[in-house]
Amino acid sequence: MKADSLNIVGRSRRRVDARAKVTGQTRFADDVEFPRTLFCKLLRATVPHARIVRVDVSRAAAHPGVHLVLTGDSFPIPYGVLPVSHDEHALCVDKVRFVGDPVAAVIAVDEVTAGEAVELITVEYEPLRTFATPEESLHHPEPRIHDYGDEGNIHKVVALQFGDVDEAIAKADYVFDDTFFFEGSTHLPLEQHASIALKDPDGKLVIYSSTQTPHYVHRALSKALQMPAAHIRVIATPNGGGFGGKSDPFNHEIVVAKAAMALDRPVKISLTREEVFYCHRGRHPVLMRFRTGVSKDGKITGVDLQTLLDGGAYGSYGVASTFYTGALQTVTYDIPRYRFRGCRVFTNKPPCGPKRGHGTPQARFGQEVQLDKVAERLQIDPADFRLNIVVPPDSLTANYLRVGTIALADCIRSVVGRSDWKNKFRKLPHGRGVGLACSSYLSGAGLPINWNDLPHSGVQLKLDRSGGVTAFSGATEIGQGSDDVLVACVAEVLGIDPFDIRAVTGDTDLTPVDLGSYSSRVTLMMGNAAVQAAERARELLATAVSRRLNVSAERLVFAERRVFDGTRPDVGVSFQEAVCIAEAQFGTLGTTGSYTPPKPAAHFKGGGVGPSPTYSYSAAVVEVEVDPETGWLSVPRVWIAHDIGRSLNPSLVRGQVEGSVYMGLGEALMEEQAFRRLPPRLSNALVHKFPSILEYKSPTSLDMPEIFTELIEHPDPEGPFGAKEVGQGPLLPIMPAVANAVYDAVGVRVDEIPVTPEKIVKALQAKAAGRTARYGPNQFPDVPWPDPLLVSPPWEGGDGRASNQPARKRRTAEAGIERTAGVRV
Amino acid sequence: MENVSGLQPDSKARLALTLNGEAVDVLVESYKTLLEVVREDLGLTGTKHGCELGECGACAVLFDGQPMLSCLLLAVECGGHDVVTVEGLTTGGQLHPLQEAFAECGSAQCGYCTPAMLVTAKALLDAHPNPTRDQIVEALSGNLCRCTGYLQIIEAVEAAAKAGVR
Repeated sequence: MKADSLNIVGRSRRRVDARAKVTGQTRFADDVEFPRTLFCKLLRATVPHARIVRVDVSRAAAHPGVHLVLTGDSFPIPYGVLPVSHDEHALCVDKVRFVGDPVAAVIAVDEVTAGEAVELITVEYEPLRTFATPEESLHHPEPRIHDYGDEGNIHKVVALQFGDVDEAIAKADYVFDDTFFFEGSTHLPLEQHASIALKDPDGKLVIYSSTQTPHYVHRALSKALQMPAAHIRVIATPNGGGFGGKSDPFNHEIVVAKAAMALDRPVKISLTREEVFYCHRGRHPVLMRFRTGVSKDGKITGVDLQTLLDGGAYGSYGVASTFYTGALQTVTYDIPRYRFRGCRVFTNKPPCGPKRGHGTPQARFGQEVQLDKVAERLQIDPADFRLNIVVPPDSLTANYLRVGTIALADCIRSVVGRSDWKNKFRKLPHGRGVGLACSSYLSGAGLPINWNDLPHSGVQLKLDRSGGVTAFSGATEIGQGSDDVLVACVAEVLGIDPFDIRAVTGDTDLTPVDLGSYSSRVTLMMGNAAVQAAERARELLATAVSRRLNVSAERLVFAERRVFDGTRPDVGVSFQEAVCIAEAQFGTLGTTGSYTPPKPAAHFKGGGVGPSPTYSYSAAVVEVEVDPETGWLSVPRVWIAHDIGRSLNPSLVRGQVEGSVYMGLGEALMEEQAFRRLPPRLSNALVHKFPSILEYKSPTSLDMPEIFTELIEHPDPEGPFGAKEVGQGPLLPIMPAVANAVYDAVGVRVDEIPVTPEKIVKALQAKAAGRTARYGPNQFPDVPWPDPLLVSPPWEGGDGRASNQPARKRRTAEAGIERTAGVRV
Repeated sequence: MENVSGLQPDSKARLALTLNGEAVDVLVESYKTLLEVVREDLGLTGTKHGCELGECGACAVLFDGQPMLSCLLLAVECGGHDVVTVEGLTTGGQLHPLQEAFAECGSAQCGYCTPAMLVTAKALLDAHPNPTRDQIVEALSGNLCRCTGYLQIIEAVEAAAKAGVR
């Protein structure tokens, strides 16, 4: 569809849910209420690693107002989001693995009573050695936190090699060897997780929950409660912020579902803020080492990357996160040979998982800071250096990712020009500086978590004689605007107003499956499904109207709530008449659309992480002011450009870009999911340093810089109307750009996130003492890496297969529709 | 437990106040916060909670015209006062100009901080019809938003002020 013929797409509009949101009528999970609702409170572990010897619930059960007390005995069947790590029980069965792990649940007449009864439960623990750091977990295989995983307390090691990297680095003119650390952070959605479950009048289970992934909750409930999925209805309420933190099926969801079915009364849970910090699934702390070979003319000859992820106490999305730390290095810059080795260990802390950018921001930070060092050494401007190595469009990378459209060079030129980079870089007074960094992100994962051949997203349309259209989609509105994307796509194709369309979303009874609001997949995948459904509806209407008007269907135009002859606009019918004519001819009108991503080019184990129908690109210039005495750091201005393909609703796209910059600055400057040990007299337990919003620092309105955004629009053939993702990519360049700007301002490297005044001062002191002008890690521990899978890059005769990979085992599962073959996430 | 102001912690107390311009007269548990009473007893769920410890700002309401954190106010302390929540901003089915501006500027993404942002902004504009940008930033600095990066919110307040909102 040509841009000039678009009426809705590409124009800033009020989002379809704007009125509900500004009037406070959007119903979040905790706003849902039913008569006779009971309330649930969880008893959470007070020790980080221990066997459960005994749980005595007798006093809690006898407490007035208590209806039910549950323990791990009621939840023998484990679940998890990835098929390779079903390692959670709704309540701990025989051991606890972090402070905050749920041990028992009380369901009572109200929240206060449930809280009182929880205090009456006694748990006897047999303490086990606690693992606080990845190094401890690497060095001490026993006691194992889990009885599965690659070995000891190593959850997963992966090793992939694309061409002879050692040779490429050995022959390089320069070799850069840098170690970086990226501290963990949490999503901090303003809405605390809440769920309310009930038994419907038919006797089936219904749960309303603040989840980004109703489909995965649906699956987990079916498995953990051993109920047919067809008898479970999951309704994803609009999320009060997600950012990845509501993408796992959660223990509290399973607990209230079980309780509601047992008691035949609605059961609600609303987590406290402290509990949200324990749910976590946030950014993995990652230690990483980049060895990069560079030629004199500024080309990369090869990259050897190692990453070590602190996974926390459970699997979550961690195997995927591990692969993602090494997946996307190749889609921005030419890397002819590449080796990636990643290791995720279990520790006794809240589980890490996917946070905005999922596994990629950490290594993107290391890569972009190292490139800044390379440019400095080669005496090339960092922007020119990057422009010289940008991946060409329509190419295949060393690790077999298909790059289609790429406007990274345009993004770099945009921020360089608008920020007056050439007159600022290395030219501002001491204490002020600018830094540049780039990034890329998926527009949805190319392969599903549960390996099957089914569509990733489906949309159904109902058209009736009222002239109204209802669009059904399993996608979940988490603030990103997915309802608006759905409606905009349908309205554009059918030539009607967005207000004529009712969106029904995120309800497993009513809506076709969409895999969820994560991995920046919704606009592209759900949008394509919506366009297909709408085009099929348009074809039905056009066929019917063509007969009635005696005008060929090709000449019919759908616009302004009319269907008319494009050459004689007065000859036509209203949209409502068109629907009636078609309904009379064809019967009840409904269409479907679905979307399945293209097959990836990679055929090696692990090659399932990284492929995407298309990648977005971003570049940012960050300006900083650093007080050389105190290290105090502020960010007055950020310029960012984002390769969006096409903006479906520019106002919303801008909001996603600015929100990403904001969250990136939080990570760059202050946010830390950090832990400490209590003093020995207080149990020595490993606890969250500050599970409260007051002390977990995040930026306020006072901390925000001016942000200058430019959207680069070159429509991508894979996206609906050419759209790519925007929810995650623009976050990634911010952290490295801040670190690079600090170097420009005061000449020291902080190779660690967050970049705090304290670290800057330490680096300045090191510089003054004649040591390396740097703060950051110096060592990467010994990891028992396996021999890597050997895959030749495309330009060395490779076909995407590993030369040393054993044949795949295939086994049939789940009624023959799903196969599990190693890791395919 | 200590007896405060003659109330038993597990007893109900009478609460009469003006809520969104209407007289409300109810019996509430004396331990409950204004946030809990508004949401749970009176069913006005537009006011949100993000911490219930006075840290995030999501529960702000107007208390005699001033933005206050309803999670830190005991409901029984509110007798005789005038409270306005987001539900009280629309009049006669018409959105308040701040609501119009928030909708127009894309200021509500997930919408969870929005009700408190709106009432806080209303208090600012009531006191300062033509605020500077710094005044807006300062006024909203106690309200966390994790989605927007604040800029489209600040622009909406500026737009509403420019339109001459009281």
